[in-house]
Amino acid sequence: MDLIFRNARLIDPEALTDAPGSLRVTRGLIAGRGASDEPAPEGATVIDCRGRALAPGLIDWGVKIGEPGERHKESFRSAGRAAAAGGVTTIVARPDTTPPIDTPEALEFVARRASDAPVNIRHMAALTKGREGHEMTEIGFLTDLGAVAFTDGVRVVRDARLMGRCMTYARGLGALIVGHPQEPSLSHGAAATSGKFASLYGIPSVSPVAEVMGLDRDLALVAMTRGRYHADQITVAASLPALARARDTGLDVTAGISIHHLTLNEFDVGDYRTFFRFTPPLRSEDDRQAMVQAVADGLIDVIASFHTPQDEESKRLPFEAAAPGAVGLQTLLPAALRLYHQGGLSLPQLFRAMALNPARRLGLPAGRLSDGAPADLILFDPDAPFVLDRFALLSKSKNTPFDGARMQGRVLGSWVAGHPVFGEHA
Amino acid sequence: MSFRARHLLGIDHLKPDEITTLLDLAGDYVALNRRTVKHADALAGMTQINMFFENSTRTQASFELAGKRLGADVMNMAVAQSSVKKGETLIDTALTLNAMQPDLLVVRHPHSGAVNLLAEKVNCAVINAGDGRHEHPTQALLDALTIRRAKGRLHRLTIAICGDIAHSRVARSNLILLGKMENRIRLIGPATLMPAGVSEMGVELYEDMREGLRGADVVMMLRLQKERMDGGFIPSEREYFHRFGLDAEKLALAAPDAIVMHPGPMNRGVEIDGTIADDINRSVIQDQVEMGVAVRMAALDLLARNLRAERGRAAAGEPQWT
Repeated sequence: MDLIFRNARLIDPEALTDAPGSLRVTRGLIAGRGASDEPAPEGATVIDCRGRALAPGLIDWGVKIGEPGERHKESFRSAGRAAAAGGVTTIVARPDTTPPIDTPEALEFVARRASDAPVNIRHMAALTKGREGHEMTEIGFLTDLGAVAFTDGVRVVRDARLMGRCMTYARGLGALIVGHPQEPSLSHGAAATSGKFASLYGIPSVSPVAEVMGLDRDLALVAMTRGRYHADQITVAASLPALARARDTGLDVTAGISIHHLTLNEFDVGDYRTFFRFTPPLRSEDDRQAMVQAVADGLIDVIASFHTPQDEESKRLPFEAAAPGAVGLQTLLPAALRLYHQGGLSLPQLFRAMALNPARRLGLPAGRLSDGAPADLILFDPDAPFVLDRFALLSKSKNTPFDGARMQGRVLGSWVAGHPVFGEHA
Repeated sequence: MSFRARHLLGIDHLKPDEITTLLDLAGDYVALNRRTVKHADALAGMTQINMFFENSTRTQASFELAGKRLGADVMNMAVAQSSVKKGETLIDTALTLNAMQPDLLVVRHPHSGAVNLLAEKVNCAVINAGDGRHEHPTQALLDALTIRRAKGRLHRLTIAICGDIAHSRVARSNLILLGKMENRIRLIGPATLMPAGVSEMGVELYEDMREGLRGADVVMMLRLQKERMDGGFIPSEREYFHRFGLDAEKLALAAPDAIVMHPGPMNRGVEIDGTIADDINRSVIQDQVEMGVAVRMAALDLLARNLRAERGRAAAGEPQWT
């Protein structure tokens, strides 16, 4: 079935353009662009975008789904529905489940379960067995089965020799390692960034230096092994010089950041609100602004939600005892649009960080509007205002820091390989 | 005949003509060993001590048999269980032994360079039977003899060495010997088991075994040690066998008359498929064991000749060379 989107505002993250036009889709693939009022081919389904933005669907890199082990917090079905409603057409799932995705057999299980979701699901696998940091996983078999990257999540592989060997072994297979830059002996037990706020509220805290140290170690190992490396979250300005240096010397290094660290700061925690507890913790306003600039400059490549569903019991605890993380599949786009409305980032820049760059880094064909790419598309109104009600979220878990927040940006429709999965056309 | 060495500490110090001399003599001993009466008297009256600081069955038996067939008095010292446990240093052990006036000393030691150190402290000829991850010269020589007999030559061959190169003294000695004899050498294995800087040693590196085996005349498999199997260097036995185990499908990419070698003991199903190891048309693994005895006889014989000549010159009051 052919599709044509007419009268659209096309957001192209490759050309970094934001211009009116139309887009054709044939057999699930993007098949060319034209003028806004391009006549529809015979038999094609016409979608009149009425001047709204049409962009590649978001690729959310680092989503926790509760299967296996915590299905009461999130299932592939519930996460997939939330993703479709939030404009996320590809979920890149985390392996930090219970048990973790550390064997080919476990990966086959989640790959089967993922067919419940209406959007694309790709999987990362654990880097070490049991995420315990002692023995590497079967990176070869897991790569053959489609694992797109290897990570122990927020558990740092403390043993530098093992981390180096993992990078060396993965290099031969072209596999990507995702690190969590953090010096664990410093960050252990911390729930806030050290500074005036943490001191006044008496919250155990960690210096931003812990991130710099972790990043420095990982980058030194990359220099030694020439492996492929992605830092999951770079959140403080002090990390940026090392990252820039690594890029300049030609190391195969990229970096990401969570949308929460780009839109919230340490003071948002306010009166011990546990929905604002993250790993790493929220940073200072200076750091937040530096990170927005780093995304604009392209030094930080990827923005993701780090969707982490937690049930009420995990959050209804004293701040430092509460589980970290927030759901984000449905709030990633409107939160990111805050940066657009504030003038820090253009729409093409945002979609470069939330669609094109993750696709490129993970070897996925989506994330762009070019001919031949899969027609994973979203139609949205970047200006539509609303007040977020956490109980209206489709995730099984409702732990969002944006409850009651005034936001802008509504997804009108989502398509995966040309098939509508959300919106009035679905 | 040209073989000038006083000790056999490694392949590194041998010249190509010395290697050829040793292999020629070993060829004669192969013939002797196939007779019913296997005795020669090249070492008659001499004392050979096998000193193994690391457990070994095959190599020690091979050296013992080699010495006995040449008429030496052979003594085995399982040092791993004795004086070292009592705290004696390597040099003290050497001096103690030296006082017993041996003529030939065969030493295996877990530390690289330990045999060289010991050779400086004794008056007899020393053969390195494997030191740490440094050298294992008689293994490389027996491999060379096996190749020469199977392929008819020991030069201009494409030889693929596959497996744990980083921790293998067998690989190191073979690399040196086969390089000296002008062969094309390919090393195959995961990058975690490749020694650093090996790309500067005039060899080709492959992490894809299929690519590395393409057209090879000789496929030399190395043993993967148990302690390397789990997680540290490679994820698991099964993934290792999938990527680097020699099976019929991968071997089909090598030259049609390629031979398969393994220094033993084999881990069937880890680095080599059992049916390949047993294929009498491809596998020369049993020949390697046979050549081992002959090569060690040749090495003992040549060192004994040089030792006698040296002692003769000393007795005649000539200036001694060392």
